[in-house]
Amino acid sequence: MSIPSLASARKPWFARLPVVSHLRMSSGLQRGMLIAGLVLSVLFIVSALFAPLIAPFDFAQSSDMSGDFPRQSAPDDKFIWGTTVTGYDVFSRTMYGARTAIWVIIAAVLMSLFIGVLLGLISGYLGGWFDRIMVVLADAIYAFPSLLLAIVMSIVISQGQSSLWGGIMAAAISITVVFIPQYFRVVRAEVMRLKAEPFVESAQVIGSSPWRVMFTHLLRNATRTLPLIFTLNATEALLTLAGLGFLGFGIEPTAASEWGFDLNRAMSDATSGIWWTGLFPGLAIVLTVMGLTLVGESMNDLNDPRLRRFSRKKAQRITQAGVTR
Amino acid sequence: MNKKLNTDPQSNDDVLRIEDLNIDFVTDAGAVPAVRGVDLSVKPGEILAIVGESGSGKSVTARTALGILAENGASHGAVYLKGKNMLTLHGSALRAARGRDVSMIFQEPSTALNPVYTVGWQIMEGIRAHTKVSKKEAKARAIEAMRQVGIPDPEQRVDYYPHQFSGGQKQRVVIASALALKPALIVADEPTTALDVTVQAEILALLRNLRDELGTAIVIITHNMGVVADIADRVIVMNHGQVVEQAPAVELFENPQDDYTKSLLAAVPHLGRNSSSEGLNERPHSRAEVLVEAKGLRVHFPGRMGAPGFTAVNGVDLKIHAGEVYGLVGESGSGKTTIGRSIAGLNKITDGSLNVLGYEMAQYKERSFKPLRKQIGFVFQDPAASFNPHLTVGECVAEPLNVHRDLNPSQTRAKVASLLEAVQLPGAYADRYPHELSGGQRQRASLGRALALEPKLLIADEPTSALDVSVQAKVLDLFRELQTELGFAALFVSHDLAVVDMLASWVGVLYRGSLIEEGLGSQVLSNPQNDYTQRLIASLPVPDPREQAERRKLIEELNRA
Repeated sequence: MSIPSLASARKPWFARLPVVSHLRMSSGLQRGMLIAGLVLSVLFIVSALFAPLIAPFDFAQSSDMSGDFPRQSAPDDKFIWGTTVTGYDVFSRTMYGARTAIWVIIAAVLMSLFIGVLLGLISGYLGGWFDRIMVVLADAIYAFPSLLLAIVMSIVISQGQSSLWGGIMAAAISITVVFIPQYFRVVRAEVMRLKAEPFVESAQVIGSSPWRVMFTHLLRNATRTLPLIFTLNATEALLTLAGLGFLGFGIEPTAASEWGFDLNRAMSDATSGIWWTGLFPGLAIVLTVMGLTLVGESMNDLNDPRLRRFSRKKAQRITQAGVTR
Repeated sequence: MNKKLNTDPQSNDDVLRIEDLNIDFVTDAGAVPAVRGVDLSVKPGEILAIVGESGSGKSVTARTALGILAENGASHGAVYLKGKNMLTLHGSALRAARGRDVSMIFQEPSTALNPVYTVGWQIMEGIRAHTKVSKKEAKARAIEAMRQVGIPDPEQRVDYYPHQFSGGQKQRVVIASALALKPALIVADEPTTALDVTVQAEILALLRNLRDELGTAIVIITHNMGVVADIADRVIVMNHGQVVEQAPAVELFENPQDDYTKSLLAAVPHLGRNSSSEGLNERPHSRAEVLVEAKGLRVHFPGRMGAPGFTAVNGVDLKIHAGEVYGLVGESGSGKTTIGRSIAGLNKITDGSLNVLGYEMAQYKERSFKPLRKQIGFVFQDPAASFNPHLTVGECVAEPLNVHRDLNPSQTRAKVASLLEAVQLPGAYADRYPHELSGGQRQRASLGRALALEPKLLIADEPTSALDVSVQAKVLDLFRELQTELGFAALFVSHDLAVVDMLASWVGVLYRGSLIEEGLGSQVLSNPQNDYTQRLIASLPVPDPREQAERRKLIEELNRA
């Protein structure tokens, strides 16, 4: 088990936050990857937060005071990334798309996190019939193609309605159902391992109740790897959302802007040489997924001291600085 | 590469010569010095023991002889192996030296062997990497090496897989593969630490014979002074990365010069000295209330999917009276820990009867046993793992109070402070996290937690076997003091006879799940009746080379008989 080093406990609280502490201990190529990931992720978050300020038009706006927008016009001064077949501004829609994406990610990951961790904790510690049923259920969900499951869920949940929140929640809940087994499995495996650790046994011989053992002793120890799954699942949530949108189960273009839906609409454009309607939402998906994955993977490598590398420069600096304690 | 750098300027006949070796490890918290200015040399056919406590740099130093250094390590100085500087060798030159000039024996034989290949294949691997020989020839050599290390029927067993060998035989196989190319030097890193004492005696005898027959120089790294007394010609004592003393074995034990060596030797428990049952003729406390009584106790662990299970405890009868320390000794797999865990309700019993504080464990239910838990304390083997890493030491020690007593926070804090004081820890340690304490301090805190509810019965499962000897001595002293002061009964489980004798007046010896001998500590250890007990006691190396030489003769006689 990785135990934080003596020095880290004395650093100020902000230096001990997941991403910040990772950045501080990284070096060389690993630091480069982490920073690249962070830059892309921050870009994504900034465009989501400040979409109304950045975007010149609304996502469902096809006309202004000077009349209707041109359709499928190539990028120019007014429409820097061009317009779509329905006359929407591609740049504005791409910026607003980040908003939808981030809501779905937050909702989906939070819901699956809470439910999955709770179920994994109980199932792993108590075992018995509850555990057996939960494992079978999780396996059953795994057996479905996740996109198919998401489609079924979005039909069941939104019943064809596609308001902004209805669409977002439908996408989020369908992703949640697919993700719960992942959190469940990770936490359950970790709890099963920790169950045999002497500190859990020492709580048992004291006579602690199962709930106390689970929530005081196991919970915090079993959730160490979650920031990592969190970032990796965020990318999957985004891809599932885009997939749903691409297949037409997403959010109506007038309710919110969604990259997958825009890509779907851009399909027919591509054959007629209109590249801008597909390129930008596509790039947005690729870069966001790449950014989040880079952050997740770097955190994974940095968490494990055996995978952590010191660049030659940093190793030299540490050796020259000599002993600090 | 500069040729002059790689060859030793002054040629002499040392197999290994280390000159002014410095090693630092680069970590997040800065550079950590591991080795400081070490000089040493090993002559052909010599057995050199490097002793020291954990973190003294003994392993790191010896491993440089094979050119092994962790990736974040930086070394300065020179390590000449047969004239070649291992620190500057790279790639194929380094690989050529490893195995042929120097090889290594690891601590844990079960992980040093690959479970999916036959042992013969693994020995041949080394042979074929260095010499162009046919498969048949390599196999013949592997069989020869296995015969040399005393494995019976090597022709058949060369095709066995590692799991078909016992722990001691596995270590013999590891030694055979280290020997296959007849290297000039073997580095043995704690080769017997993972083995039982009777097996340890056999492996040490084997190493000694190999030296006598083949003239191989051996560097043995160990923390066990008994092993040193048994095998070493010369001893190097290391502390904090420095060599503090260097002397022939007999001289070092009889006339240690350095203060650190003296304190180290004084801390080693010596069988027959400092016995807690000295001068007693009958079992003390035998009229006191019986707290634990086992009758025909059997604990069986079912096997996996049709495989036969394992009977860890088979028909054991024992009694623990109020106020007495019962010492339970045995080798690994003898069932000693299982008995301790059964008493605490961590294992279910299969058969027979086990009465703990008037509660029959055959009808164990967590709910009905819970009220009794406050009268039972438990100290675990590994102090690092028995504390929740996310709680402070104070919170950990307060856990039993929180569960069983209704105290307000300030009362709890006061109680924790007095407990920490009782186990001789500064009160400020309550706010520290377990990883900020040393092993010995953690084990004291663990003792404090076990005693928090003033239990009638304490179960200590190998409480000192994860600690260095000097720390072990302090923890044992504390345990003894607290026991006399508070008068609780204790079941003290250990594989170390000397430690058990120091604490327990009444001792039981377990062998394969049966209690084969029971009696006063001093009597069992000085005059054992059972054959197995005799061998067990004879196998335990004592930290005195002259006395150990005598004992070696005794065990050879016992083995012949």
